[in-house]
Amino acid sequence: MTTFNEPLLHVEGLKQHFRITRHYTTKAVDGISFDIYPGETYGLVGESGSGKSTTGRTLIRLYEPTAGKIIFDGRDISGKLSKEDEKYLRTNMQMIFQDPMACLNPRKKVMEIIAQGLEIQHLYKDRNDLENKVYSILEKVGLSREHASRYPQQFSGGQRQRIGIARALVMNPKLVIADEAISALDVSIQAQVVNLMKDLQDELGTTYLFIAHDLSMVKYISDRIGVMHLGHLVETGTTDDIFSNPIHPYTRSLLSAIPKPDPHVEKNRISLSYDKDKEGVDYNAGTIHHVSETHQVLATDEEFERWTAM
Amino acid sequence: MSEKKEKKDRVLSIRDLNISFETATGTINAIRGVRMDLFRGETIAIVGESGSGKSVTVKTIMGIMASNGRIESGSIEYTFTDDDGEVKTVDLTKLSQKEIRYKFNGRHIAMVFQDPMTSLDPTMTIGKQIMEGMLAHLGLSKEEAKKRTLKLLEDVGIDEPQKRFSQYPHQLSGGMRQRVVIAIALACDPDILICDEPTTALDVTIQAKILELIKKLQKEKNISVIYITHDLGVVAKVADYVDVMYAGRIIEKGNIDEIFYDPRHPYTWGLLASMPDTDTSSTRLFAIPGTPPNLLEKIEGDAFAVRNPYALAIDFKVEPPMFNVGGQHRVASWLCDPRAPKVEVPEQLRQRLNRIRKEEANDNI
Ligand SMILES: Nc1ncnc2c1ncn2[C@@H]1O[C@H](COP(=O)(O)OP(=O)(O)O)[C@@H](O)[C@H]1O
Ligand SMILES: Nc1ncnc2c1ncn2[C@@H]1O[C@H](COP(=O)(O)OP(=O)(O)O)[C@@H](O)[C@H]1O
Ligand SMILES: [Mg+2]
Ligand SMILES: [Mg+2]
Repeated sequence: MTTFNEPLLHVEGLKQHFRITRHYTTKAVDGISFDIYPGETYGLVGESGSGKSTTGRTLIRLYEPTAGKIIFDGRDISGKLSKEDEKYLRTNMQMIFQDPMACLNPRKKVMEIIAQGLEIQHLYKDRNDLENKVYSILEKVGLSREHASRYPQQFSGGQRQRIGIARALVMNPKLVIADEAISALDVSIQAQVVNLMKDLQDELGTTYLFIAHDLSMVKYISDRIGVMHLGHLVETGTTDDIFSNPIHPYTRSLLSAIPKPDPHVEKNRISLSYDKDKEGVDYNAGTIHHVSETHQVLATDEEFERWTAM
Repeated sequence: MSEKKEKKDRVLSIRDLNISFETATGTINAIRGVRMDLFRGETIAIVGESGSGKSVTVKTIMGIMASNGRIESGSIEYTFTDDDGEVKTVDLTKLSQKEIRYKFNGRHIAMVFQDPMTSLDPTMTIGKQIMEGMLAHLGLSKEEAKKRTLKLLEDVGIDEPQKRFSQYPHQLSGGMRQRVVIAIALACDPDILICDEPTTALDVTIQAKILELIKKLQKEKNISVIYITHDLGVVAKVADYVDVMYAGRIIEKGNIDEIFYDPRHPYTWGLLASMPDTDTSSTRLFAIPGTPPNLLEKIEGDAFAVRNPYALAIDFKVEPPMFNVGGQHRVASWLCDPRAPKVEVPEQLRQRLNRIRKEEANDNI
């Protein structure tokens, strides 16, 4: 890992709380810190409700952070955004969502959908230039220029996700946040999309924050992984750290639930349960403990000793 | 039927089923000659990509096929014991959908859908929803039904059944809701439980627990299960038999070991190889190229041929028959014809199969 680089994204003590009533606040993200380096893929995993999407949306500033710092490419984007920072952010950070259909306007042709961001930010010389940019990105994601004049509902799920990727990448962003981008697809089509995202990264050098609730695909695309639970990052490390030496019981339970295409293993396996209250784990009492230079766990001293002894 | 003890009870027998849908753009041949058998106490999994015809097949069994659909030909024979204790066989394709729903749904054949929220009534308490079927079908009194419901809630792993009984669906988590849906499905002691992607919308940790629950209940109650999924990991965990479906046909079938350790159809290879394998350090996933065919168009030869790197010339012309490759294993691929050239399974899959064989050998020492 090129840790001597400056991170592209530096997140420190980020909190995002939603006030539901006068007496009740959901602490969707409750003080997380991590760095993402240029050209890498950072996988963010955890069960639904753990705060992954909220983290992504706060980073791209759909929300005002409750607390904490976000430094993107050397700019502080955690407070009120200047016009210039806003434009920089809307161009250089892009998001791909889970349900490609829900976020593609059915009345717009693929050409308009993909060109929209370029138009808003005036990132083209003339009509011709705009269309060529769209054609070129369509080919990169494995579609053809003929597809530009069609409507989203004329595509399969996998193809629609390619349109979503094209729409993000046409901006030539530095960071792409993919929020459950492949979760709704068939396993065979997931493989196509993951391979495509990897190829594009090799070609364009784009950095990814890859959000998913399923660890198995994350392994193939991520250089490093953060495991999130109930608003906290409970474990972070290289993909190898997480898969070969999981420390936190929550990470272990996630790993134990990944189905394997091997009936003799599956039939005899009982997945591990993890209930933080039953085990008396209090995330707010934990601090970051280092397993190695690349591998961190949120734990109290006592928990850390117990979990690493296992 | 022979009375021998070792003979398994067949509960469902589907033969040559063909189903089409009339749409504005033409006729969709969604199911093209499906054959399937289900025995008491066993689980078959139907696996295949979206659009391959899994849901249409089971919806036909349930009598809930869309109104633009038509059974072109074929039979679905269901064997059951009626209220007088008599064993009967009916061809469900000969009954009206209404008749199927009235006579068999819930009572004999029950279904669990993917999204628990759409199969639960948000305005009714959980207890009422589970009791509804019991009161209608089993002629129980209110107290008896309530007692049974509380027991059922406990069976499906819901804490504090008393409290949950009077709660509404939105007061439960996604995993708990799916447990309630399972409780509703089991309320009248069905013979057949059909699960259509029951865990696709759930987290993997909860998925694993739900699958373990269905397995446990199946054993206890000796019911037959049809499991629909596109996830072979799920199949590996639950199934005794596997039907691999592609473009409205079953292209490979066999017992679980035959399908996972000795797959023969290139489509099955593709499905298995594209599953991420957390035990290898390979950095590239195998992906089946292209997309499933448009069923509006007439399919010439093998529907998978255009996506099949191993396709032979004949695959583009003649639909392959089901080859018997031994045991319970049947494969619709010309590669199984004795005259076909020998081909190798994809690299990723071969490595995995070799590794599994080695581990098994070590385990047996
Ligand atoms: N806009 C919002 N208002 C109130 N609560 C929210 C909002 N967005 C998310 N939440 C809550 O925050 C928690 C985390 O949600 P989310 O970030 O969507 O998790 P994940 O993406 O990991 O499934 C959940 O409890 C969710 O209900
Ligand atoms: N009501 C309908 N009208 C037209 N086509 C339908 C209808 N229901 C299903 N189909 C088509 O039948 C095929 C099989 O669908 P389905 O059984 O739902 O697939 P899956 O394997 O994903 O469950 C698909 O091509 C689908 O588009
Ligand atoms: Mg989310
Ligand atoms: Mg379906």
